[in-house]
Amino acid sequence: MLILLLILVPFIGGLASFLFGEKMAYAWSVFTSLLTLAIAGTAYYFYSQATHTTDLSFDCPWIESIGATFSLSMSDSLSVLMIGLTGLLFPCVFISMQNKQPERKHVFYGLMLLAQAGLMGVFLAKDALLFYLFWEVALIPVYFLSSMYGGPNRIPVTFKFFVYTFVGSLVMLVALLIIYNHTPVHSFSWDAFVSAGKSLPEADQSWLFWMLFIAFAIKMPVFPFHTWQPDAYEQSATPVTVVLSAIMVKMGLFAVVRWLLPIIPLGSIHWMNVVLLLCIIGVVYASCMAMVQTNIKRLIAYSSIAHIGLMCAAIFSYSNNLLGVQGAYIQMFNHGINIMGLWILVSIVENRLGTQDLREMGGIAKIAPRFTIALVLISLANIALPLTNGFVGEFMMLNGLFNSISTYRMVFTIVAGLGVILSAVYTLGMIQKVAYGELNEKTASMKDLTMNEWIILLVIMGIILFLGFYPNALMLLVDTP
Amino acid sequence: MNAIVLSGIWGVVMMFAGLFLKSSKQIQWTAILGIIALLVVSILDYQAHSVQAQTYFGMMTIDVYTSWFSILITACCAMYLFIFHKDIAAVGKNEAEYFALIFFVMCGVYLLASYSNLLILFLGIEILSIPQYILAGSDKENIKSNEASLKYFLMGAFSTGLLLMGMTLIYGATGSFDITSEKFVGQFAQLSSMSSLSFVGILLLLISFGFKVSAAPLHLWTPDVYDGSPTAFTPFMATIVKVSVFVAFIRLFHFSFGNVSGAWQIAIASMIVLTLIIGNVTAVYQQSLKRMMAYSSIAQAGFMLFSIFAVNSTLAYKGILLYSVVYSLASIGVFAVIIKMKDYTYDGFNGLAKKQPILAFTATVCLLSLVGIPLTGGFFAKYFVLSAVVEQGKYIWIVVFAVLMAAISAYYYFRVIRSMYFKTGDAEMHTEPTTWDKTFLIINAMIILLLGVLPSLVFG
Repeated sequence: MLILLLILVPFIGGLASFLFGEKMAYAWSVFTSLLTLAIAGTAYYFYSQATHTTDLSFDCPWIESIGATFSLSMSDSLSVLMIGLTGLLFPCVFISMQNKQPERKHVFYGLMLLAQAGLMGVFLAKDALLFYLFWEVALIPVYFLSSMYGGPNRIPVTFKFFVYTFVGSLVMLVALLIIYNHTPVHSFSWDAFVSAGKSLPEADQSWLFWMLFIAFAIKMPVFPFHTWQPDAYEQSATPVTVVLSAIMVKMGLFAVVRWLLPIIPLGSIHWMNVVLLLCIIGVVYASCMAMVQTNIKRLIAYSSIAHIGLMCAAIFSYSNNLLGVQGAYIQMFNHGINIMGLWILVSIVENRLGTQDLREMGGIAKIAPRFTIALVLISLANIALPLTNGFVGEFMMLNGLFNSISTYRMVFTIVAGLGVILSAVYTLGMIQKVAYGELNEKTASMKDLTMNEWIILLVIMGIILFLGFYPNALMLLVDTP
Repeated sequence: MNAIVLSGIWGVVMMFAGLFLKSSKQIQWTAILGIIALLVVSILDYQAHSVQAQTYFGMMTIDVYTSWFSILITACCAMYLFIFHKDIAAVGKNEAEYFALIFFVMCGVYLLASYSNLLILFLGIEILSIPQYILAGSDKENIKSNEASLKYFLMGAFSTGLLLMGMTLIYGATGSFDITSEKFVGQFAQLSSMSSLSFVGILLLLISFGFKVSAAPLHLWTPDVYDGSPTAFTPFMATIVKVSVFVAFIRLFHFSFGNVSGAWQIAIASMIVLTLIIGNVTAVYQQSLKRMMAYSSIAQAGFMLFSIFAVNSTLAYKGILLYSVVYSLASIGVFAVIIKMKDYTYDGFNGLAKKQPILAFTATVCLLSLVGIPLTGGFFAKYFVLSAVVEQGKYIWIVVFAVLMAAISAYYYFRVIRSMYFKTGDAEMHTEPTTWDKTFLIINAMIILLLGVLPSLVFG
């Protein structure tokens, strides 16, 4: 039952937020998100202690005539990490927003909580139809959020994003249906899908692979499917961008691990080199694009593409020592934390200065020391400096890529390593442009962090340093199969 | 069976109600009373037939499926009357006759769901069509309404001619109108032994049905008729009438012509492809919402055709039930909002969400359902008909094509949502919605959402 609450609490909380109206909305949604975090924490505790395992899965018949069950389970380290990230992110974002509230709060927070419910569902679903359902449902509130709050060009940009992902997921649905038809006793359960998918001949797997992978690649996004992303990140309101970039893109990676590699194993190996190539191109291309951006949101958007590209490559590396996949798991969590920190900082800059243009910033370090400390530390984690959380995952991923079964592993690793250097170039450039240099008339009046922002950022920096010094906390989690 | 009788009788009652009842309110309530009675009777019918099928005079066979469909379609019609009764009465002076015609159409609907003889099929189609020609032209002063009526009548007469010709040829080949008779079944047992007369007959029937359900390339009447007819009647024609023809369609083509599917499946496939392309792509270019919904109804017919295409699949056979209900309710829900607006263009809807949040919300649910987003009934409706085709294993390409078309449909449906929620404007209303309207719109939306979670309510 416990994990059903992970979906129900934000779902009901979101609906209630619509009904409660403006006044109550903020307090109510902070409460709901903290409650969800507490449930996620309890679930994590149960998982790590291996007790109360019955609470960590939920099964009930849904549409019996077609073999679909409402089956949720928190059974592997990846879903634990993603649930933890989703649980942690929403209260952090909500609390950091205290100073600058959106218009029509109840709508905003209601939609945010509904999105959280959908995301939780994606990470928990053990039934293909249920997974598809949550996959789409998570998108709808985000579509409304991005279209209602954000930059002047937000409506067409968000629509592009929506159509992109919608096309991908429809094709995915057809692929799921085809696999479903190969299950012996028609069933949508994950186990049935794995055995049915494995038994397919390689020729079938090789085209089914693309039907599924394109949907996931659009979500991540991997190189040629990424064109929606910088625009969408730039135009959405920053709290929504956090959800998009910290969790929604992880849906794509998560889906690859859960619903692609085990189900279409031969197809995945067959196309491994192509996928790796796309990922690596993405890493370098996005890093180069990030270097020339003048808009801070676009810069972080491209940086995110680069990071996701490396994670996807690591997942597809098929390294002998599993380091690649484990590194990707760890990095999926850490990147979520880091990028959330960055976006919160960006929204602070944006709200105080009223601009996203890097050329109009500068000198903030002189008057806002707390802000600068947070910016530098979180950015360093984004570069994956040793002793920050980013380093562990990145090191493991590159190691995994190097031990890949791919024929071109050397080339891929070297070029991907280049991406690490480039990330230092653009991230340090960003710090310099935002925090150092001369104060100008816009930045002169910049106020330092308020208490609520400082607390949230301290939490984030705490996680960054803790996991940087003691990565075992995550390693032990992902080590258990 | 009782539903057929009652719908006919109530049609006559409604005509007399126009004579004896003076106030429009009373007439409307008589109609609502009638549809509730019809609903009760069809539920009783269902209980009577749920154990075993019963044949009447060798003409009609009423089984569980038929009576279940009758309940569903009556419920949809009830929802239509609940929401639209005031608008129907406001179309012109002869309000009682409009309701009478609707009840006559319902009589045709029940015949179409239960025929086991081609003559009853013909009778059903005619009873269904003729009242519609009148309803389409009921706004007598409006030239567009007149055009709609004439166009519908001429094209309808033409297609009826083809229907009769097809039946005649099939009669020539089999020597029987009774689709359950041995001669009939024997003729269509396998493709190799089928006579060429039957082949032409089947194709003529296919064309005639294609016309009635507005499948391309026989769809050309649809936009003008749906656009020109009074807005109160368009949802009735586009939903309840259309899905009933689909049930008649599937009945004949699955059970009688199922074994000779090689003769017609390719024709249906090309119809599907054309219908989806023309319906969806043309809808994108419409500026008026009413016309967009007309093309959308063509596009949705393309999806429903999949259930005909997937021969002998129980999924398709049951899926069409769910599709009928969900599509009808969703279209009714959208039209209910359109009719309240002064300006039918997209710009006329700008800012509706601020002005009428409930209307905007219910319309959004209906539109999402028409797109086929999960958690709305529309998803499972599309899911079942497409899944029936995937189940056959061979025609994956057409399914992929269909889902891409569904993605195009997202463009024009979401455009309405964009107007309502994200654009600013004052969304002028033609009539203000009453609490009654809002209540039923919310019930309608809730049913759609409920079917999105538990499709087995209709499907089982």
